[in-house]
Amino acid sequence: MKTLDTVIAESPVFAGLTQEQLEFIAGCAQNVHFEAGEHIAKRGDAADAFYLIRIGEIALDVDVPNKKPVRIDTVEAGQVLGWSWLIPPYQWNYDVTATELVRAVSFDGACIRDKCASDTVLGFALLMRFSQVIVGRLQATRLRLLDIYGTDTH
Amino acid sequence: MAQTLTETAGSLEAMTPAPYRVTDKRQDTYDTWTFELEPVDGAPIVPKPGQFNMLYAFGVGEVPISNAGNFQTDERLVHTIRAVGAVTKALCAAEVGSVIGVRGPFGNTWPIEQAVGQDVVFVAGGIGLPPLRPAIYHVIKNRSDYGRFVLLYGARTPSDMVFLDEVRGWQREYDVDLDLIVDVGDTDWKGKVGLVTKLIPPANFDADDAKAFVVGPEIMMRFVAQGLINRELPPEAINISLERTMRCGVGLCGHCQIGPTLVCRDGACYTWDQVADFLAVKEL
Repeated sequence: MKTLDTVIAESPVFAGLTQEQLEFIAGCAQNVHFEAGEHIAKRGDAADAFYLIRIGEIALDVDVPNKKPVRIDTVEAGQVLGWSWLIPPYQWNYDVTATELVRAVSFDGACIRDKCASDTVLGFALLMRFSQVIVGRLQATRLRLLDIYGTDTH
Repeated sequence: MAQTLTETAGSLEAMTPAPYRVTDKRQDTYDTWTFELEPVDGAPIVPKPGQFNMLYAFGVGEVPISNAGNFQTDERLVHTIRAVGAVTKALCAAEVGSVIGVRGPFGNTWPIEQAVGQDVVFVAGGIGLPPLRPAIYHVIKNRSDYGRFVLLYGARTPSDMVFLDEVRGWQREYDVDLDLIVDVGDTDWKGKVGLVTKLIPPANFDADDAKAFVVGPEIMMRFVAQGLINRELPPEAINISLERTMRCGVGLCGHCQIGPTLVCRDGACYTWDQVADFLAVKEL
């Protein structure tokens, strides 16, 4: 059975961290699972965790008055869910639901923040990695603003 | 081998629309319809995967529309048309029993037979699926000749997807690795949400031994091609279908020129390495 630091090391998000840093982070992590349809977080909840999805899919939904909730993104296996734990006011911006059985590694956001504050090398390394996650989402959002299917085709 | 009308450029036959009757019409999305057509008289047009016809709404104008039929079984022409301009709106208004003009088939074909023994990856955006449909049916008919069969399909919303029941049937019956994605869904949507490019990294194909066939708006194909190249698929293994304003369809008028090529005559199917530089030029 893989140890948590091994699982974490296999994620591209944490690639390149030292073994010591991985073990440090693993100290703030635990395995979790969510059933299909289970709510992981609601908009406005304290963002006290982020997740490395190992199996399954998670949806981010936004409530729209008098309409069905709009599904604005999905996060699949291998990806990281959540960066609100890193940035004040540390609140989830969307409703987060498992659309199928999800197995994930959950990271305690406050624990990681404390460790980053006491170990600025680790803090910088993690900030660089989460900046890539955030920039990736920003670029994907910008591309979607282009409405790439909207122009005429054959 | 059947001669295409492109090879008879300048002939009366190439420039004269043949009357075709609408025998069936189905609404796919709020602005898109699929038509079945058969000749009022004479021999039917026999297109190949990747070719297009010029469809003429009498008194309004002509537009190039890809063939979307299952050439393995369909004797009628099948065209999926999105009502976005005067001509396509007139065509989409045609009712069963009415007559439109058809010239064709024009253009080259998908090099699907060159992918025998390899994995095949189809990537469609919006109503980019219908132009791929003849090639997909070719693979289905010859399923054992090909390796993994991947179909990645993205659209703006679930209701903008066409042939969705048929696509899910392919997944069930022909071992298709299907992945669907929309820009925006609702809580009933069971697929992924995001850009179609998001489906490429986890797609199940061997980039050393695969060919991709991509159809959608040009900007989508650009990002998809980059995603496939990031998976180390060679540019010459990425096939796209280009769209340009066409008038004659036989390489005479020059409206569809892009760089040194005329899309109606030399395309509309190209490999990415053939056109990538030209597509990067603004207003070309």
